Amino acid sequence: MSIQVRHVSKRFGNFQALEDVSIDVDGGSLTALLGPSGSGKSTLLRIIAGLEQPDAGEILLAGEDATDSPPQKRGVGFVFQHYAAFKHMTVRDNIAFGLKIRKRPAAETKARVEQLIELVQLQGFGHRYPAQLSGGQRQRMALARALAPEPKVLLLDEPFGALDARVRAELRLWLRRLHEETQTTTVFVTHDQEEAMEVADTIVVMNKGRVEQVAGPRELYDSPANAFVMSFVGQANRFGNAWVRPHDLEIVLEPNGSTREAQVERIVHLGFEVRAELIRDDGEGFSVQLTRDQAETLELERGQIVYARPVKETVFEPGSA
Amino acid sequence: MLKKYAVRFAALGYLLVVLLGPLSMLFWRVYVEGAGKAWTALTDPDTIHAFKVTLELVAIAVPLNTLFGIVVALAIVRRRFLGKGLLNAFVDLPLALSPVVVGLSLYLLYGRTGWFGPWFSGHGIQVLFALPSMVLATIFVSVPFVAREVVPTLREIGDEQEQAAHTLGASGWQTFWRITLPSIRWAVIYGVIVTTARCLGEYGAVAIVSGSIQGKTETATLRVQEEYENLNLAGSYGISLVLAAIAIIVLILMTTLRPKEGVS
Amino acid sequence: MGQPLASVAQPAPAVGRLVSNTTRERAGTALSLGFVTVFLSVIVALPIAALVWSSRNDGWSGFWTAVSAPEAVAALKLTLAVAALVALTNALAGTLIAWVLVRDEFRGKSLVNGIIDLPFALPTIVAGLLVLALYGPHSPVGVHAAFTRYAIYLVLLFVTLPFVVRTVQPVLYELDTQMEEAARSLGARELTIFTRIVFPSILPGILSGVAMAFARAIGEIGAIVILSGNLPYKTEVASVYVFNLSQSGNGTAAAAVAVVLLAISFAVLLAVGGIRRLATRYERA
Repeated sequence: MSIQVRHVSKRFGNFQALEDVSIDVDGGSLTALLGPSGSGKSTLLRIIAGLEQPDAGEILLAGEDATDSPPQKRGVGFVFQHYAAFKHMTVRDNIAFGLKIRKRPAAETKARVEQLIELVQLQGFGHRYPAQLSGGQRQRMALARALAPEPKVLLLDEPFGALDARVRAELRLWLRRLHEETQTTTVFVTHDQEEAMEVADTIVVMNKGRVEQVAGPRELYDSPANAFVMSFVGQANRFGNAWVRPHDLEIVLEPNGSTREAQVERIVHLGFEVRAELIRDDGEGFSVQLTRDQAETLELERGQIVYARPVKETVFEPGSA
Repeated sequence: MLKKYAVRFAALGYLLVVLLGPLSMLFWRVYVEGAGKAWTALTDPDTIHAFKVTLELVAIAVPLNTLFGIVVALAIVRRRFLGKGLLNAFVDLPLALSPVVVGLSLYLLYGRTGWFGPWFSGHGIQVLFALPSMVLATIFVSVPFVAREVVPTLREIGDEQEQAAHTLGASGWQTFWRITLPSIRWAVIYGVIVTTARCLGEYGAVAIVSGSIQGKTETATLRVQEEYENLNLAGSYGISLVLAAIAIIVLILMTTLRPKEGVS
Repeated sequence: MGQPLASVAQPAPAVGRLVSNTTRERAGTALSLGFVTVFLSVIVALPIAALVWSSRNDGWSGFWTAVSAPEAVAALKLTLAVAALVALTNALAGTLIAWVLVRDEFRGKSLVNGIIDLPFALPTIVAGLLVLALYGPHSPVGVHAAFTRYAIYLVLLFVTLPFVVRTVQPVLYELDTQMEEAARSLGARELTIFTRIVFPSILPGILSGVAMAFARAIGEIGAIVILSGNLPYKTEVASVYVFNLSQSGNGTAAAAVAVVLLAISFAVLLAVGGIRRLATRYERA
């Protein structure tokens, strides 16, 4: 089911959470709403779900105006950051909830619940209560619960934010595979650009209630629409008016016409890569990314004077962000 | 949407009838009986003495129960020992117990045929129909309140601050005065207010042990009933007005110092 | 702290370390427990013990006679019936009021919230007097319910008002509204959300409030003594019956009936403890 957001605005008291936001989500796609805190991404997601009402604008689901439709009628599955598990029900009852209230036949419900428990790999935990599960298990249960009534859209609000790093990585992968299997339109909210890049086909970058850019991961990284997107997605250094990625800087030991002098302040060994933090002649800091071999060839060490040259730089029109 | 207004209307309507209805009677009745007559009744020496007795009971019971409440709360939350459940039950008992049962039990304990009665009368100390038994009754009924306010606060605060104080070299006593006590300050104050209100309003237990002797062992609340029995309605309502005024002050204090927010 | 470095070589002083305070801790525990035990014994335990003991002064037969006396039975029946009705009314009204105070917004809400505690703050004798004024012979609203059972019911509603409201409010306040949003997104109607999600979560709060209201209603005397007329077999409640017995010098019989009331109080406390444990059973892994 496709989603269309048309000129949606929302304010909370004095705070403008969303301003004239319009996006299109294709049916069957996996989209991320990416942005820092306060960018409005969660608000937008909740408006799509019907949990909040916009002050202006429309939401169209499968081409139909759903703006005045309550959440019950929209056919969306919603997964919350802190699980929102029904504490007084077992895992099975949680997952079965959406089916039970639709008065599906008991046998059908039971079968579907078991199928989902297997899908989210919670076999053997069906009789447990949420308090007896780990965070990752609770979130998997929440996913199964949202999927049970076969929603046309799956919405996830920072679904992995409350989990530790390893579980987060596992579940990201798992979400990607789930999407490939079910082909349900999925939109998730995250502030973690790495997560967005890894999981989503399309990323909507938001800032201060506005959409900055909508693109795939590669395009977002290689052709950012403005300085905000460039610095938010991936690392970026500022050289006067130009922005340069850390791996787009060349380090040489002898100056030539286009190089700037800089002193190595710190060298961080990140396994295969090396990140060197340098200070330019004008006092500004910047970072360069090299391979281990490159760093060794240069015999980089702290305090060393070297010369840096941007291999590729991006300049934005003033007023683009 | 309409349901929201219906629910609100039902709730507020109930409160109006059950709560505000009776309360509004107070001013009206004083007016009807005559403010002058009420004032005369209020300045009657026996009435003044009744207020004095009430204040005396409050002055003794509240500090004692405050001390007890803090000590028992600290013991329950911070210390380990057997029988915590039993201790909790005894502290909470006065909340569920009829004041008449309280009064009667004291009456039987200190009466002529009671366990302690003969000893006290043998030493010339009058317990029943005198202040001592009234003090005991008042303390009994108001035991739980300070403890019940301090316990959850102590639990919520945790003992990390105290541990920090210890690592910085503070002794047990210093830690108590400088760290623990300030951290429970508002819970204690709230508990004191609630305890005071309870002591002021006590009727049944004190009625049994005091004998309600006019001019001697009558409290303000006992006097309200006495005046009513003597068909001095102006007196009844007059004293009630004073007690209600104190209650409203207590209520304002309770509302402003309420520890936890139950209202969004 | 000013510890000279030279003292590092010596073992650190005991002052910061709780481990070596064990003896002092144990002494502290003994001291505070001692104080608490003496206080509670003198104030609560010994009088109660004396009561229970006195109830047996005429043996079991005397106890039974006192408790099964027709007037006693009538008083107890009336007390229990009215208290149950009051508790039930509070379950409904108290939950309703708590809901409005937590979930609704309107001008003057904090004033309303403050007023709830009035029955806690106001002496019960005054409450009785006021309800008498409202529904008695000179009633301005034309209701003449004084000296009837309805009067007892009405004044007890006043007295027990805060109980359920104050136990349900914090539970409602802590309730994760996202659970309700999740239910909504799964297609549940508002009524279903209340019965399946909200109600089970607040039920323990309602029950403990109801239990305390019930105990209070059973034991109340000050509010009833003027208002009900205390007519035996008609409007005499158990607490008044015990009071009268004690005044007429029949301490043993009074003690026997009082023990029945005491047992009910204990049962209520046990129930409240049980409810609390039941409520947190989902939290314990």
